[in-house]
Formats: sequence, structure tokens, C-alpha cells
Amino acid sequence: MAQNGNKQVFSPWTDPSAKPLIQFKNVTKKFGEFVAIDDLSIDIFEREFFALLGPSGCGKTTLMRMLAGFETPTTGTILLSGQDISPIPPNKRAVNMMFQSYALFPHLSIWDNIAFGLRREGGSKDAIAARVEDMLRLTRLTKFARRKPHQISGGQRQRVALARSLAKAPKLLLLDEPLGALDKKLRQDTQFELMDIQEKTGTTFVIVTHDQEEAMTVASRVAVMDEGRMIQVDTPDRIYEAPNSVYVADFIGEVNIIQGSASQSGDTVDITFAEGQPTIRGTTDKKFANGEKIAFAIRPEKVSISAEKPDDMENALQGKILDIAYLGNISTYHVELPNGQIIKSQIANTRRISRRIFTWEDTVWVSFTDTAGILLKV
Amino acid sequence: MRRFSWFNATALTLGFAFLYLPMLVLIFYSFNKSKLVTVWAGFSTQWYGELFRNEAFLDAAINTLKVAVISSTIATVLGTMAAYVLIRSGRFAGRTLFSGMIYAPLVMPEVITGLSLLLLFIGIGLDRGILTIVLAHTTFAMCYVSVVVSSRLMTFDRSLEEAALDLGCSAFEAFRLVTLPIIAPAVISGWLLAFTLSLDDLVIASFTAGPSATTLPIKIFSAVRLGVSPEINALSTIMISVVAVGVISASLISKRAAVQQKRDEQAADRAAG
Ligand SMILES: Nc1ncnc2c1ncn2[C@@H]1O[C@H](COP(=O)(O)OP(=O)(O)OP(=O)(O)O)[C@@H](O)[C@H]1O
Ligand SMILES: [Mg+2]
Repeated sequence: MAQNGNKQVFSPWTDPSAKPLIQFKNVTKKFGEFVAIDDLSIDIFEREFFALLGPSGCGKTTLMRMLAGFETPTTGTILLSGQDISPIPPNKRAVNMMFQSYALFPHLSIWDNIAFGLRREGGSKDAIAARVEDMLRLTRLTKFARRKPHQISGGQRQRVALARSLAKAPKLLLLDEPLGALDKKLRQDTQFELMDIQEKTGTTFVIVTHDQEEAMTVASRVAVMDEGRMIQVDTPDRIYEAPNSVYVADFIGEVNIIQGSASQSGDTVDITFAEGQPTIRGTTDKKFANGEKIAFAIRPEKVSISAEKPDDMENALQGKILDIAYLGNISTYHVELPNGQIIKSQIANTRRISRRIFTWEDTVWVSFTDTAGILLKV
Repeated sequence: MRRFSWFNATALTLGFAFLYLPMLVLIFYSFNKSKLVTVWAGFSTQWYGELFRNEAFLDAAINTLKVAVISSTIATVLGTMAAYVLIRSGRFAGRTLFSGMIYAPLVMPEVITGLSLLLLFIGIGLDRGILTIVLAHTTFAMCYVSVVVSSRLMTFDRSLEEAALDLGCSAFEAFRLVTLPIIAPAVISGWLLAFTLSLDDLVIASFTAGPSATTLPIKIFSAVRLGVSPEINALSTIMISVVAVGVISASLISKRAAVQQKRDEQAADRAAG
């Protein structure tokens, strides 16, 4: 197994003897005729921080609701610690869920909302109070403890929902967009808190997020979903660097997709993508038929821009700067090739903006190495 | 503040006049000295005295209150349960039929409801009295309660119950700790509705009341047929006062709750600051 300094890298999914905490086995969920989850199988391991990513309506919430016990699969089984959970009612599952809609109890104060689950467990008054105070402090809600949910802001409500689901310290926590309404600073702090909690308690997290950066930061693995199916389940770096499809490459981060036809020799592939343009050379361990339609995907930060044609790069294309998007720390240059294709290139702004070398309408070279991009079937 | 236009002022005056003028007249004449209802002969409270010496009226009044409290309470429990089942259980065989049947008594002429209940009580050999009136009122008030409660439940956010289950509640605890407190205002207004319906029901009560027990509306109605007496005015005034006190205290209680909430909030702010 890979070593990282002294620390063993956490990757139970590569260990065939590891027992998954959650197993979806060919789970399909239909609402009437509509297929919300389509023959889905995944394993999630204990202590994982598993992030679900996907466009709106792809079935993330449905997946979570099946784990929490509010929906039953139409076909297939879900195992929790090797046990079929379908006969277990939601209140008997060692699972807590933070609802996308928060579902705070409007008639109870923030304090009582957080204490709600603890009181159901029994336990002494003092223990409950101490736990609630901890949660309030963690989510920075101490001063709102006596308020009702309708007397606080949207982001504060979200934190109450988070605190309420964390309070019982369950074995499995399902967080449906837990941080979406928070500002960046608070979101980052809370992310670290979550990771900290996870490290301390060994809780397994399944988290839905629309924020890729968040998924990248916190997740041990990321699952990209589309229309009820898992497209790719992998570590964040693999998802980013080695997407298995155009869909994933396009969904995660920014990417240039160049489509063309392949001609392979060994592990190098030359792609003809437009008349009058040089071919693009990439490397792969996959096999493509000669003339097969393929897509070349390359991240903008792996594309450089220069005034002269560089001679140390395998690929160099000439174009004209169409647009420059200034994002503070970086700028994205949109370069139009003669065939109309646009290539984005991201450059760190190491100089002040007034000292920028290139500007609109400049003719430049975009270049990248043959290992910088990835070849995908279309 | 916006000023009243003369149109608003007129509309308001007319509206309130329509609502309250008859009652004011009635209250006014209940303090009339004369035995003739429409002839003013000076202020007196003698009819109130007479009223409290009239055992038949007092008995009827007590019966009415008993019936109203018991039947509206049972109707609220049953009606809330029915509404909950109808809204929550999703689709089951015969659901449409069931919900239709619950609401049928709403549109049924009271005479028919009363008659059918009468036939039922005779059929099963139940002696007519307080019990039969309570049963009859429960039956017809229940559907009003379930209409009020189910319209509240329809807008109730289901995920609140799910959250309660998720946090370890049984289905019943989720209802008791989350659903019921939230729909409580609807349940209370259902109860008040049932209570007032029972209080002033004449038709069904006259079918199901027996010689042993009669209610105030029946008593008043039969007394009025012999001519309106100032005693009836006095009785009606008392009823109006009871209702008014009830309504005012209900609104005071809710206002107090709002004020309390505000104070909590300010206390929280002070603790924060
Ligand atoms: N109770 C239901 N009845 C019918 N269709 C439903 C039901 N619940 C969800 N769906 C459908 O199933 C699909 C998946 O819904 P789900 O809530 O899981 O999406 P999601 O991935 O969580 O989306 P979002 O990111 O917007 O929250 C949607 O198309 C939705 O319309
Ligand atoms: Mg969702």
C-alpha cells in the first residue's frame, strides 16, 4: 500500500479484504415510471468522507433518503455493516441526516432543536446540556440558543440543522448540502471542523455538495452522478486528473475538450481535429481504433501562452486572444484557433495587471505537453 | 398611518352595524323593566334574577355546556385522527371513498342527519338523553374538525416528521412532539368550531334529545313560540358575554405568547451583546 511519510494513506477501497460499511447492490428507485436511481452499486467504507456530486435532480437526495430510511429501493438491496437495512425503520438506524430543507422544528428554540435527538436517547440533563453547548459553540450559535428558527438568518438555520444532526454522533452522517448558505470563510472553517470531527470520532460522512472545491477539500472519495447513475467514483485527484469520461471531465473544474479522430501508435495518439491545423499528440494506455472519434481533454492551467512558438512542447497551436477573464489570483485567456475552436489557458497573475504581456486581439501560441491532457472516448 | 377615506369609514360602520346592531338591541332590552319586550320602561336587572330562579333553563344550560364540552373534545380527537390518516397514509384502496364519506355530513341537511341518528338510536335501543345528544354532536362536528385540521396538514412540511423519526422518535412520538404542537392552532380552532356548533345546534338536538334531557336552544325555541319574554333576552345576553369573554381571552393569550417570544429574543440579544 502507498506510504505517505509515516502516515498510511487511507484507502480501504483498494483493499479487497476491507468490509464496506454501506453497500448498494443494484439499487433502482422509481417514482411511478420515473427512474430516479438506476441500477446503482457502490461500496462506502467506514471512516470515509464520501462526497456526492452531480447536477440538480440526478438523485443525490434520493440516495440519502434511502440510507436514512425514508424511501425504499424499488429493486436491489442496501446493506449497512453487512445487514440488509430495508426492514429497519428510520428511528432505529444509527444514521442521522441533515436535510436539504433543514427541517428545523419551528415550535422549538435552537437549543431544543439541537437537544431533540439527545433527549430521545435518554441520558442525564447535564450530559445533554453539555453536548448542546458544545454543538452551539462548534457552529457559533451560542448567542442564538433561545431563538426560534424563524428568528435567525438562512445561514444560521443551516448551521442549526448541521448541529442537530451532529449532536447524536451517529455512526453514519448524511449531510445534504450542509454548507451551501455559508460565506466562504465560515464554510472553510466548518469544513475543517467536519474533518476534525471525523478524525476524532471515526464517523462516516456522506455529503452532497454543489461546490467542487469543497468536495476536493474534504472528501476521501468523490462520486459523480448523472441521471441516477454513478459515472465515476474515485479519489479527488483521480477525478480531476483522470476523469473516465467527457461528462466527468466537463463537470469537475474547467476543461478544454477538443474532438477529433485518432491514429494510435503504441501509447501515443495523434488527433486530427481540424483542417489546416497540426495534429495534437497525447499519450494513453487505452486502445483506440484508427479513425475513431475521440476527445482530448486538457485543463486550462496546463496550457501555456507565449508570443513565440515554444520548441520544448509537443503541442503548439496559434490563435488570437478573444477574451481575458481576470479572477484576481489568476487570469483565464480565451484563445480562438483559426477553425473557431476556443482554448482556455489559465495563468497565475504574478505581475500587476498593468504589466500584463498579452492583451485582446494579440496573436499568441498555446502549448502543452503530450502528457498534460487525457484521451477519452466519446 | 393611512387616513380613512369616507368610503372605508362608511363600509366599516355599515359592516359592524349589520353584525352587532341586533345584538346590541337584544342586550339593551334585556335590562328593560317592562314585561313587554319592545316597550322601554326603565332599567332593571330583574329578568336576570328570574332567570336564575328558573330551574328548567338552568338545567338546560348545564346540559348544553356538558354536551358541547364532551362532544367537541371527542370530535376533535376523532376528527384530527381521521384527517391525519387521510393526509398521511398516501394512497390506499378506498381512500377517495373514505374521504368523501368523512365530508358527507357537511353537506347533508341537518334534518336528515338528525333523523337517521334518531332511527339508529331507536334501532339499537339507546334511551334518548345526554348520551345520545353527545353522540350525535360528535358525529357531525367531527367532520368540521377534520376539514379544518386536514387543510392545515396539507401544508405541513412532511420533512419535519421525517427529521423527528431520524432523530429517534417513534411514529407516535413524532406526532406528539412535532406534528401536534405545530398544528395545535388548527386543532384548537377545530375544537372551538365544534363547541359552538354544538352550543347552538337545534335541529339535531331536537331529534336526539329525550324527555330526560333537553338543551338550551330547544328550550329557548319552545319558549319563544309562546312569545318572546325578557327572560330570553337576559339569557341571550349572558350567552353573548360568555362567548365574548372566551374570544377576548383567547386573543389575549395568543398576544401574551407573542410578547413573551419577543422578550426571549431580546434577552438572547442582550446575552449576545
Ligand atoms: N417523491 C418523489 N416523487 C416523484 N419524483 C421524485 C420524488 N422525489 C424525487 N423525485 C425525482 O427524482 C429525481 C432525483 O431527485 P433528488 O431529490 O434525489 O435530486 P438531487 O440530486 O438531490 O437534486 P438537487 O441537487 O436539486 O437537490 C428528480 O428528478 C426528482 O424530480
Ligand atoms: Mg437534493
